[in-house]
Amino acid sequence: MKLKSAGNAPWIFAAIILIAASLLSQASRLRAEGGEPRYFAITNARIVPVSGPVLESGTVVIANGLIQSVGATASAKIPAEAWVIDGKGLTVYPGLIDAGNDLGITKPEAPAGEARGRGRRRGAAPIPEHISTGPEDRPSTSPWIVASDDLNAADKRIESWRDAGFTTALVLPEEAIIAGQGSLIDLNDERVSQMIVRSHAALRIGLRPETFGFPDSLMGVISYLRQVNDDTAWYDEAAPPYAAHPNGIERPNVDRTEEIMTLILHRKEPVLFPANTLVEIPRAMRLAQEWNLHAVLYGGQQSYEVADLIAAKKYQVIVNLKWPEGPKDPDPEDIPSLRELRFRDRAPGSPAALAKVGVKFAFSSGGLADPKEIQKNVRRATTAGLSSDAALRAFTLDAAEILGVSDRLGSIEPGKIANLVIADGDLFAEKTKVKHVFVDGRHFEIHEVEMPHKPGEKPGESPQESNDDPEVGR
Amino acid sequence: MNRKSIAIGIAAVATLLIAAGTSSIARANAADAKPNVTLIKNATILTITHGNIEHGSILIRDGKIAEVGADIKAPEGATVIDASGEYILPGIIDCHSHIAVSGDVNEGSLAVTSMVNIGDVLNSEDPSIYYDLAGGVTVANVLHGSANPIGGQTIVIKLRWGKPSSELPFEGALPGIKFALGENPKWSNYRPPPGYPQRYPNTRMGVEETIRQAFTEAKEYKKQWDEYDRRKAAGEANLIPPRRNLKLEPLVEVLEGKRYIHCHSYRADEILMLMRVSKEFGFKVRTFQHVLEGYKIAEELAAYGVGASTFSDWWAYKMEAYDAIPYNSALMTERGVVVSVNSDDSEEARHLNQEAAKAIKYGGLSENEALKLVTLNPAIQLGIDNRVGSIDVGKDADLVIYNHNPLSVYAVAQKTLIDGTVYFDRDRDIAGRPALETEKKALLEKEKNAREEEKKKSEEKRKADEAKKKAEQDKATPPKNASEGTGGVR
Repeated sequence: MKLKSAGNAPWIFAAIILIAASLLSQASRLRAEGGEPRYFAITNARIVPVSGPVLESGTVVIANGLIQSVGATASAKIPAEAWVIDGKGLTVYPGLIDAGNDLGITKPEAPAGEARGRGRRRGAAPIPEHISTGPEDRPSTSPWIVASDDLNAADKRIESWRDAGFTTALVLPEEAIIAGQGSLIDLNDERVSQMIVRSHAALRIGLRPETFGFPDSLMGVISYLRQVNDDTAWYDEAAPPYAAHPNGIERPNVDRTEEIMTLILHRKEPVLFPANTLVEIPRAMRLAQEWNLHAVLYGGQQSYEVADLIAAKKYQVIVNLKWPEGPKDPDPEDIPSLRELRFRDRAPGSPAALAKVGVKFAFSSGGLADPKEIQKNVRRATTAGLSSDAALRAFTLDAAEILGVSDRLGSIEPGKIANLVIADGDLFAEKTKVKHVFVDGRHFEIHEVEMPHKPGEKPGESPQESNDDPEVGR
Repeated sequence: MNRKSIAIGIAAVATLLIAAGTSSIARANAADAKPNVTLIKNATILTITHGNIEHGSILIRDGKIAEVGADIKAPEGATVIDASGEYILPGIIDCHSHIAVSGDVNEGSLAVTSMVNIGDVLNSEDPSIYYDLAGGVTVANVLHGSANPIGGQTIVIKLRWGKPSSELPFEGALPGIKFALGENPKWSNYRPPPGYPQRYPNTRMGVEETIRQAFTEAKEYKKQWDEYDRRKAAGEANLIPPRRNLKLEPLVEVLEGKRYIHCHSYRADEILMLMRVSKEFGFKVRTFQHVLEGYKIAEELAAYGVGASTFSDWWAYKMEAYDAIPYNSALMTERGVVVSVNSDDSEEARHLNQEAAKAIKYGGLSENEALKLVTLNPAIQLGIDNRVGSIDVGKDADLVIYNHNPLSVYAVAQKTLIDGTVYFDRDRDIAGRPALETEKKALLEKEKNAREEEKKKSEEKRKADEAKKKAEQDKATPPKNASEGTGGVR
C-alpha cells in the first residue's frame, strides 16, 4: 500500500517525513516532525458507514480528529496537506466499541500482612475493616468511583484491543454492589484526559452478596439496592426544603451515596443491571421498572429464551461475549445437566434472537483476556445466525446509542469523531486482517507479529512486510 | 420514592406481571395451550369437604371447578380425561417450603432481616418445582430460612412449571414473614470465623428481646409517618418526610393485619412466649411452623386461634426436637387446632400424602382428617381456602390424579393440574425421556468434538510457533548482520 502526500509537496518536506518515518518505524503510530499529521484521506476504499448504505468505492477524509467527508472519490475534497492511503481492496468501518471491560483498570492492592488471612483457620477471606450491620453501613457501595479517575493509560491491553479494531471502550470499575461509574474512553494512546469521551458513562451495579455481614444473600442485596433507591428519593425530596429554610428544621444527615446517586439518576446515566439468564433478565426488568432506573441489561446470554419479553419491555442489552463453556478437560464422571448443556450450546444464539425481535444490543468483552477470543466468540454468534451487518451495528452505532453518544460515535458521518478501522475484508471473517486504525483522527498502523523470512527471501518481499513499509513522498 | 410513587410502582409491577404472561409458553414443559373445558371422569373423588364420590366426574371450565358429581356429560369440544379406577385429590399444599429460590434462603447477617423478600428471588427454573408437582403438590408457602428471630418476607406460589417467576405467585394470597425461635436464631453466627463479631442474640431471652425491640421500633416508625401525614394534610409547607425504612414497613403491615407471621418453633415455652408478646404488641401469629411440642399446649394454641404446621415423624435431630412425637398432628387436631403437615424439604414434599397417612396410624385420625392435613388445612392457614384445598364448585381446578388411594404407599401421582392445566403428566414424562436422552448425548458429543478440534488447532499452532522460533534462532546466528538492517525494516 502507498501512503503519499497529496499535491506538490516540496522535496524537503518529504525528506523530513522519510527520516521521521524511519526513525519512528518501531512505534505503531506515525509521527512527523512538527507534530503528527492531522489530515488523512482514505481513497478508493469500500466504505461501510453503518448509518447508511455501503459505498463500494469512495473516500473518507479526516481532518483534525473528525470525519470531514464521506463520498465518491471523484468529488472528495482532499486537503493539500492530507496523507493519502490508497484504500483499494480495503474496507473502512467505524471503529468498534467494546461496551464493557476493564482495560486500564488496575485492581487495588490487597493489604499486605496478616490481614490477608492466608494460613488462618478456615482459610477465610481477609477480614474487612468494617462489617456491615445493615443498609445504613452502605456495604460495597462507592458510586463516586469513576473509572477514568484511576485509569492506567499504559495498560498493554489497550494496544492489543486497538490492533483488533477497537477504538472505544466502556471501562468499568471492579464489581461491587454499587461499584461506581464506568467511563467511555477512546483507545488513542494519549494522556487519560485526551482519552475520555465521557467519564460518567454508566453506573455499574452488582448482585453478588457479601461474604460476611449484610447483605449475605441475593435477596439481601436486592433489598439493599431498594433501600438505597428509596434513600436517594428521600434525599432528593428532603434536600430542597432544608436548603431553602435551614432555620427551624432539624438538619438531615449528609450521605455521599445519596448525593451521588441523585446526580446519577437525574442525568439518566445508564445503569448496567446484571442479568444473564432467563430468570435474571425478567427479574432485572421488574426491579428496574420498580426503581425507575434507566437500566441496560448487562450479560444477556440467555436472551434467546426471553427475547420477546425484552422487546415488549423495550430494554437494551449489552451481551457478554464470554460464552458459557464447560471445563477444558472435563471429568468424564461429572456429566452436566441437559439444561446446562443447552445453555452452553445456545448462548451464542442470543444476539441473533435479539436482532430478530428488534432489541438494540451491544457487545462487551468483559472476562475475555485476549481480543482474539472476542473475534472467535463473535464468529460463534454469527454462525448461530447473527448477520455480519447486525454484528457490526452492535459493535458500532447501537453501542453508541445505548451509551448515549451516537451524536459523536458509531458511524462514518461528517462531524463524528474519526474512529475508523480499515481491514482487508469482512471485519468478522476469520482470515481478515486489520490494517489501519484511526482513533480521534490519529493513525495507527497494525503490525503483525513478524514472520521469519524464508531462506533467500529479502526483507520487504513478504506480503505482511509491504504493509508496514510505507513509501513516502512518491 | 414517596408513597404515591410506591403505588405507581406496584401498579407498574402488576402490569408487568400481566405482560410477562405472553412469553415463554413455548418453553413450558407441561403447560400446553390451556384447554377451556376439561372433564375428568370415572374417578373416586376425594372432595375433602363433602365426602367421597365413587365413579364421579369433575368438569373444569376456565381453570375453575364447574361441576362435581356422579353423572356429568362432557360438553362438546371438552378434553376428556378418563380416570377409571383412579383417585382425585385436591392439589397438595405445602405450608413450609424452600423451593424455587435463587441464592440463599437465609439472609443470616442480622437478627432482623424483614427487609428481604423471597418474592424478589423466585426462581422459575428450580427443578424442585417439577419434582414436587410429580408428588401432587400444587401450592407452596415459600419461606425464608430460620436463622433470625425475624427473617424475611415470604410468598405463596402455585407450581406453574414452565411459567416465568412473575407468574408463580398465588394471586391475592396475603404475603407473610418468617419468624424463628429457639436454637437456630440463637446459634446463627454463634461461632463466626476468627476476627468476626458474634451476633446477638445468643439466648432464648435475647430472641424475645429482639422481637420486642423490632416491634417497638415499628410502632415508633408508624407514629412518625402518621404525624407526617397529619401535618401534610393540614397544609404545612416545607416538610421533610421521614425516611422509608424497608425493615420496619413489613412489621407495620403485620401490626395492621396485612401480613401473616409464620413462626419456626419447637418448644412449648417459646411458643407460649411469642403468643404473649403478640398480645402485648397487638399483632397475631398466623402459623407456628414445626411446632413439635404443640401437643403439650394444644388447648392454648386452639384458644389463640393459630395454625400449627408440623412434621409427621421427624425428630431428635437436635436437643430441642427430642420431645417430638408422631401423635402431634392427631392430638392437636383433637383439641381443635387447624393442623397441617409440611415438608420443609423438596424431597419430603414429594410424598406429603404418605406423611398425612401416618396420622392415621399414630393417633387414629380418620382418612378425611388425615388428607385435610395436606389440603384444606394448609389452605386455611394460608388464607386461601376460598380458592383451593377441596374439590368444590367454584374453586381453582388444582387437582392430583393418583392410581391408588393417596393414603396408600402404592399411590403414585399420574397427573397434576393447576388452574385446569395439566402441569405434570406421568405418561407424557416417561414418553419424553428418550428424546431428552438423545438430545443430551448429541450435545455432549458436540462439545467433545469442539474440544478435540480446539486441541488439534492449538497443537498445530504450537508446532508452527516452534518452527518459527527455530527459524528465528537460525537467522540470529550471524549477529552482526542484524544491526545492518535496511531503513524501514523493523
